[in-house]
Amino acid sequence: MATKYNFKEEMNKPERLAPGHRMCAGCGGTIAVRAVLRALHEGDKAVIGNATGCLEVSTFMYPYTAWEDSYIHNAFENAGATLSGVETAYNVLKKKGKIDDTYKFITFGGDGGTYDIGFQSLSGAMERGHDMVYVCYDNGAYMNTGIQRSSATPRYADTTTTPVGSQSDGKLQGRKDLAAIIAAHNVPYVAQTTFLGNFKDIHTKAETAIYTPGPAFLNVMAPCPRGWRYDASDIMTICKLAVETCYWPLFEVIDGKWILNYEPKKKLPIEDFLKAQGRFKHLFKPGNEHLIQQFQEEVDRRWEDLQYNCSRN
Amino acid sequence: MSIRERLSGNEAISLAIKQINPDVMPAFPITPSTEIPQYVANYIANGKMDTEFIPVESEHSSMSATVGASAAGARALTATSSCGLALMWEELYVAASNRLPLALALVNRALSGPININCDHSDSMGARDTGWIQIYAENNQEVYDNMVQAFRISEHKDVMLPIMICQDGFITSHAVENIELLEDDIVKNFVGEYEPENYLLNPNQPMAVGPYAVSNYYMETKMGQRTAMHNAKQVILDVAKEYEAISGRKYGFFEEYKLEDAEYAVLIIGSAAGTCKDAVDKLRAEGKKVGLLKLRVFRPFPAEEIAAALAHCKSVAIMDRTDSFSGNGGPLGAEVSQAFYNARTSVPAVNYIYGLGGRDIRVEDFEDIYSRLETIAATGQITDQFDYIGLRK
Amino acid sequence: MAATDISKITEKSKWQDITPGNQIYGAGTSKDFKTGEWRTQTPVWIPEKCKQCLLCVPVCPDSSIPVKNCERLEFDYDHCKGCGICAKVCPFDSITMKEGQ
Repeated sequence: MATKYNFKEEMNKPERLAPGHRMCAGCGGTIAVRAVLRALHEGDKAVIGNATGCLEVSTFMYPYTAWEDSYIHNAFENAGATLSGVETAYNVLKKKGKIDDTYKFITFGGDGGTYDIGFQSLSGAMERGHDMVYVCYDNGAYMNTGIQRSSATPRYADTTTTPVGSQSDGKLQGRKDLAAIIAAHNVPYVAQTTFLGNFKDIHTKAETAIYTPGPAFLNVMAPCPRGWRYDASDIMTICKLAVETCYWPLFEVIDGKWILNYEPKKKLPIEDFLKAQGRFKHLFKPGNEHLIQQFQEEVDRRWEDLQYNCSRN
Repeated sequence: MSIRERLSGNEAISLAIKQINPDVMPAFPITPSTEIPQYVANYIANGKMDTEFIPVESEHSSMSATVGASAAGARALTATSSCGLALMWEELYVAASNRLPLALALVNRALSGPININCDHSDSMGARDTGWIQIYAENNQEVYDNMVQAFRISEHKDVMLPIMICQDGFITSHAVENIELLEDDIVKNFVGEYEPENYLLNPNQPMAVGPYAVSNYYMETKMGQRTAMHNAKQVILDVAKEYEAISGRKYGFFEEYKLEDAEYAVLIIGSAAGTCKDAVDKLRAEGKKVGLLKLRVFRPFPAEEIAAALAHCKSVAIMDRTDSFSGNGGPLGAEVSQAFYNARTSVPAVNYIYGLGGRDIRVEDFEDIYSRLETIAATGQITDQFDYIGLRK
Repeated sequence: MAATDISKITEKSKWQDITPGNQIYGAGTSKDFKTGEWRTQTPVWIPEKCKQCLLCVPVCPDSSIPVKNCERLEFDYDHCKGCGICAKVCPFDSITMKEGQ
């Protein structure tokens, strides 16, 4: 589905997200948006949807829009349904001969708008089979309102609603596996990715998602320097560690077939990922070794599950 | 040439929707509006409409998808009742503030709890401040006629607001009546082709919808909505006049029934007006000067016109089919009283609440109300400013 | 309708000048908002060391490394927020960070 990746040619494309938006310095969210939109073929138009969140309030603050394509924000929990309406309108207007151009439909939501409050709307849109891509920029907490836990927040993370304290080690629960849940909708394409090297992984997956007919879901780990408490300039290291520790595996589910895109030659211990972030600082206090061990066990179990899914083909 | 048919209110509005042939209709079933998406889906399944139906997973999504479709450049509508409207709440405001001319066929039903499937106006009255135009019907004919006029009002460039076409659950939605339909071509020509000026799928120019607007812009935005709603008054009258030309049926903000010389008047919305008319006829035969004002357009609220139409009465009963639990009556009571005050009209007015959760209101109830109005006028005393009619005490 | 001239929409605008529904016709109007003022540290590009590998381009959250003919140009200092990601990923030390604007 995807064309051959020519890095320099891709970087040469016109920007589809203009500068001047108000996202924080070093934000992973707009890196994700730029990477996904770059996968649109030149000449193809798009309507971009957006759930309420950091991205929305920062990229369309009246009268400043950072979007070079048509854009609609509706509310927090309905990015899936809203774009369903847009895509359906396109089909009708095209059928009636009122539109000639080719449009693609891409919607962005954070993990709050996707895993949690917008989950039903997303599920409905995927199940109905709209030709659209839902992109979750997953930064693992409600960052817009000030770093509250979400169902995408990893276990033991220190957030403002799961604060670490004398009686608390941070969030009690592990992450919801949303990519697998969307895959269980039997949609044609689901992928998990993040920012690595020359961005080939995310680009190829975005292009496949956009140009696969029917619904597609991309789960993009998009670190948040404020919420995760690392130096903003370190984002690429954080992403690499997430992948090398198998905390954030890269995979695709194409028509129900699970494909592992990357297997580290030597899986790094989860400490390497955790110690880079202030939200896990408490895990490194003496006496908390067992918490890291539990985290490692969860990563290992999920990694094995994924390997099993990918081995069944 | 008009077509005579025997139709329920749900069938009538579905037929109007078929004749309008909108682009997109997302909907989720809820009693008593469920039949509307069923009829539409059936028309589509049999090639009688070009509309794309979206079988969404909730009413929140049906209004969200309607907003998306409308912003994209499609003529779009949905249908719902009661809790479905409540679930759309947030989206009602979004549709209005985005200035999207979409429509909602509302079949009025009581809000939970307790869960109740029958008619009252708690759903649409709860949505009275969302920025939507609201038009109500007494009977199936009016349901049909109001729907045919809906998009002409909402899409008018001076308006550009969403519109709610309301009818009473079961009472009109499921009861079959004789009605007159217009020919398909006449409706098609009357409604016209939808050609939005700005829309997401405009290939010549992208558009951005739904910003974060800080306080320096928010209030100015609301003034735009308020002005549009004000403009809707004239547009509603103009469209009604054009509609009269093709249908022979006359519409305005309200219907005055034997009101001109009435001393005692009831003001009411919806199907119960029919029952009230029977009471008026009966009492008129007895020589009593009673009349009725049946409000059709609740948003925009024709305050001055209502006050003027009732100014000559000796006493008035304002009938609400919902309670606002303010301890100060229902919404219609509050707004009509304010209209009287602003017009310096000093007609004594009471506010009675009736018909909650489908409770019947009978001709005798209206006779009793007129009798109370007579007492109020004669004694100058109001003993029950607010009362529940038909309540077991 | 013509593209929205956002220079005419300011925090002093009258209500009549606010676009209906706050819709914006046209695109990319955020370019008029200069986020470069936010910078507390600034990347400095050293073209002599740059091999035009372009690895700095996709990591920029602010679309502030313009590319023309497959080569990067000077930073867009009107918008660069100085996060420093580009300096970290440069394999050739051709971007350094300096304090201040």
